[in-house]
Amino acid sequence: MKSHTITLTINGESHIVTVRSADTLLYIVRGRLGLTGAKPGCLNGDCGACTVNVDGWPMKSCLMLAVEAAGKEVTTIEGLKETPIQMAFVENFAFQCGYCTPGFIMNCHSLIEQHPDADDQTIKEWLESNICRCTGYIEIEKAVKSVLKRGAHLKAPME
Amino acid sequence: MLPFDFDYYQPETLKEAVDLYQYLEQQGKQPMFFSGGTELITLGRIDLAYTEAVIDIKGIAECKVMRVSGNHLLLGSVLTLTKIEEANLFPLLTKTASQVADHTARGKITLGGNICARIFYREAVLPFLLADSQLLIAGPEGVKGVPINKIFAGELKLDKAEFLVQTATENRLIRAPYFSIKRRQQWETGYPLITVAALKMDEEVRVAVSGLCPFPFRSKEVEASLNNKGLSVETRVERALAVLPQPILDDVEGSADYRLFVLKNLFVDVLAALDGVRV
Repeated sequence: MKSHTITLTINGESHIVTVRSADTLLYIVRGRLGLTGAKPGCLNGDCGACTVNVDGWPMKSCLMLAVEAAGKEVTTIEGLKETPIQMAFVENFAFQCGYCTPGFIMNCHSLIEQHPDADDQTIKEWLESNICRCTGYIEIEKAVKSVLKRGAHLKAPME
Repeated sequence: MLPFDFDYYQPETLKEAVDLYQYLEQQGKQPMFFSGGTELITLGRIDLAYTEAVIDIKGIAECKVMRVSGNHLLLGSVLTLTKIEEANLFPLLTKTASQVADHTARGKITLGGNICARIFYREAVLPFLLADSQLLIAGPEGVKGVPINKIFAGELKLDKAEFLVQTATENRLIRAPYFSIKRRQQWETGYPLITVAALKMDEEVRVAVSGLCPFPFRSKEVEASLNNKGLSVETRVERALAVLPQPILDDVEGSADYRLFVLKNLFVDVLAALDGVRV
């Protein structure tokens, strides 16, 4: 079967889509479902601009086939609404051109959810997965630490 | 998005996966077993990998196990490196695997995928070479257990329609003192230069290396030299360097001379950490 009709659950909504086996999740999310928050960058799993969350964990959507996402809970940046990490990015000016921002936020969001007590080493390990060409790393670090410090992650992530 | 089409199958049993492979092979589909799939997706995009049929083994129960059974730790081939790190049941593997790619990518890269990959680093295999692990292989003849050091020579020597199901590692080797370090030429996220993993068992130091040659390896000759306690540390290391497998990589990540310089110092670090001897 070179194509499949599958149900993708994205941001809490079910979408029935027909995909090629060879389509990446990134391609389907952006090109077929119009969710353009996840950005195509290197398309090689290096830059992290396309990061989404799959079952609560960060995933580079250029490294996942759309058919592999069937039956899983996918969250894109469009699925986050005024979460603490989004507000912290604004408050700390944690972006410049903004292209890497959705991927960074999705990764930070997963980190906060999975490791609300993350230490510096854990933060560094997780955030090494994303690249900011504007090199705004200090502000991003401040943003994620501000959320971890005040425990603001306890707020519901989705409205 | 890959520039070619392929069929995608999700078998639920080992036999179904093997039968599918044989059938698709007969059809000329160049089938490929698929776990994390990162190598097919990244190399396929630039026409360096091709298949007309993918057999995704992530739904097979035996490939997903992560538990202690008697004196052995069983790890399924489709476990992601992140999952293995989070569980931390094999500290040397946790440390070595945590140096592969980056954290998010390791949420897609699987144990079996890394061990069987074409990329020459394949660091996840190093702890299993050191621990003399057993590999459970599925194939047309059924399922068989094979010592990794008999079936891994530069790469996992699998016949057509065979695939890695599990690793089994003795608890006493999992608890052994260990050392693992990765050196990069630049930054903390650049491509690796050399990774050395080491383990101490029965007063002998074992070492396995990735990034020096176009394949990861463990060498008895290297270990014999490093464990020659009658000699100085410098001599032990020099003799180990003289019996390395060939060829030594010489590429944009590092010249052969530079790699040997780095390895020399890493061997000194291994002996200091596990043998308590210093230059």
